[in-house]
Amino acid sequence: MLNTVLVIAVALVSLALLLTLWRLFRGPSLPDRILALDTLYVNAIALLVLFGLLQKQSVYFEAALLIAMLGFVGTVALAKYLTRGDIIE
Amino acid sequence: MNPATELLLSALILLGAVFTLIGSIGLARLRDFYTRLHGPTKASTLGVGSLLIASALYFSLTEPGISLHEVLVTLFLFITAPVSAHLLAKAALHLKLHSLARRPEQNNED
Amino acid sequence: MKRWLPHPILSLVLALVWLLLVNELSIGQLVLGALLGLLLPLFTRRFWPDPLCIRRPATLARFVGLVLHDIIVANFQVARLILGRPEALQPAFIVVPLALKTDIAISLLANTICLTPGTLTAELAADRSHLLIHALNAPDPASVVDEIKTRYEAPLKEIFESC
Repeated sequence: MLNTVLVIAVALVSLALLLTLWRLFRGPSLPDRILALDTLYVNAIALLVLFGLLQKQSVYFEAALLIAMLGFVGTVALAKYLTRGDIIE
Repeated sequence: MNPATELLLSALILLGAVFTLIGSIGLARLRDFYTRLHGPTKASTLGVGSLLIASALYFSLTEPGISLHEVLVTLFLFITAPVSAHLLAKAALHLKLHSLARRPEQNNED
Repeated sequence: MKRWLPHPILSLVLALVWLLLVNELSIGQLVLGALLGLLLPLFTRRFWPDPLCIRRPATLARFVGLVLHDIIVANFQVARLILGRPEALQPAFIVVPLALKTDIAISLLANTICLTPGTLTAELAADRSHLLIHALNAPDPASVVDEIKTRYEAPLKEIFESC
């Protein structure tokens, strides 16, 4: 049962990734695209965790943690660039 | 693994995936930036949170010892998601994006 | 004591995070975690000017429970709003006057507002007199302000600002 549920979950999260990608291409404004990128990171973490569960391996955790950290820093830097026109003051 | 825990794990995983999807649906479907901001920052956070809890449970039950490091990613997401949402909202206010709600008067611009 | 351990809570959190990161509990890792918890606050001392003041652990525990409960319940509400008709939504910008003074309390309140679905912190006034929040669906803005003030602000004030 667990494997069936995992496959369904992977399908759902992939659909989520596609929707986010659509928003990334469509825009219409810059913050929209940054928000889409941020959501892309979060969804990628979900997909990695599911993949780890499918493969029964916990090594994907490190990748998930790295994506979480770099995604956050990236979003903050981009948002700050939009408000101030500069990242490091 | 006994059927009860398998059922619990399946429920958590499905809940997580559905919430992740709902967050992205919100991002794709709602009609102005500020309302779009709500979907991913919350639904996705809870969705990924429950997926990670399911993963922690699974590896604690199947492998020797307990596995708690997934909790770290969950915590990190719960701390960072509001911060990035706040910064994006601030950027959008600064750029004077179109909004469905009546915009507040900008009397405290820095 | 004060000199070598300026931020006991931060040290404890750092040691705990280290143990979670390596995902094992052994004497060696415990020592390494304790060492990190001791050294990192010393090296970053200038980054943390004020010591943290936390009173009433019972209220704090109740607050954490309340926020977790609200996150889960309100997520279902937001899910329904997202899947419902987008035209029926009544988004609004709402001004919430602040009674909190310290940095940590204000940032915790802002984060709590962001995490409990349906509301989002957009801006903190330069003079810290109010927060500007955005609500996904707020037919009655006054009740939103009321809920935030009694549910989240009052306990935070009690926990962080009574010393």
